[in-house]
Amino acid sequence: MVDIGLTHYLILAGILFTIGVFGIFLNRKNVIVILMSIELMLLAVNINFVAFSIFLNDLSGQVFTMFILTVAAAEAAIGLAILVVFFRNKGTIAVEDIASLKG
Amino acid sequence: MLATLAFYVFSAVLIFSAAMVIVVRNPVHSVLFLILAFFNAAGLFILLGAEFIGMILVIVYVGAVAVLFLFVVMMLDISFADLRKGAVQFIPLGLFIGGVLLFQFYVLFQSWQIAPSAMLNITTPSLSGEEELTNATQLGRILYTDYVFAFQVSGLILLVAMIGAIVLTHRQRAGVLRQKVAEQVARKPSDVLEIKKVETGSGVE
Repeated sequence: MVDIGLTHYLILAGILFTIGVFGIFLNRKNVIVILMSIELMLLAVNINFVAFSIFLNDLSGQVFTMFILTVAAAEAAIGLAILVVFFRNKGTIAVEDIASLKG
Repeated sequence: MLATLAFYVFSAVLIFSAAMVIVVRNPVHSVLFLILAFFNAAGLFILLGAEFIGMILVIVYVGAVAVLFLFVVMMLDISFADLRKGAVQFIPLGLFIGGVLLFQFYVLFQSWQIAPSAMLNITTPSLSGEEELTNATQLGRILYTDYVFAFQVSGLILLVAMIGAIVLTHRQRAGVLRQKVAEQVARKPSDVLEIKKVETGSGVE
């Protein structure tokens, strides 16, 4: 078996990011799964950051990963809160019903 | 050898559970697969030597974000089968875009290498040298010195997110009886009591 290098982690993160993008297309009506796909994409970015941080021997990448975690948590909380309010008013969470602001 | 095997096991389970997140029909199962994916990513981080980030990932994602998702999925009373209708027509487009993206990543990662001069730009090298420090200690040393402003700002972001979520979801429900202490204390006898002279033979209006 070959030694695990930076490229292995980058390809893994690339596959994970692609799964996240594909998930948005596959579940484009269900906002909850779209939010989960966004979490998967952020996880892929985090894997990239940590892998570069380790292989370049630079700790900044891990610090940035923490900031990404913070923003991801805030985004999930706000997104789900908006979702709950929307469901309370409309009784649905289908994405095409969220276009009512378009006029 | 064992590390290589661990990498392949962790990444295989990670990719499998990430695929299951977007494929399964029941969103509760989706969230549970998301938790599995986060655990495997944490395993990968520990394998890389970033133990602190791995543990933070478990605490923040599994302990907070995934449980929040689970709450919302179970709280909303939705027929998720209806949301799935018509999803099949988007599969070719999604596969096309995903395939192009994956191909680009593959080409990029195969032909790419770190420029030698990039090593000169390292701002905060790992401190493993003269003394053996744990990953958490090293991170703490730069997080509270070089990045202290960004750290405070991220705390502020979390505060704003918390206030925003509370403001959005809080509602005043009608018909709920609640004790209003200030009104009770401020109540005076003169506001509510009235003394009337009642003449004989006539009632009080």
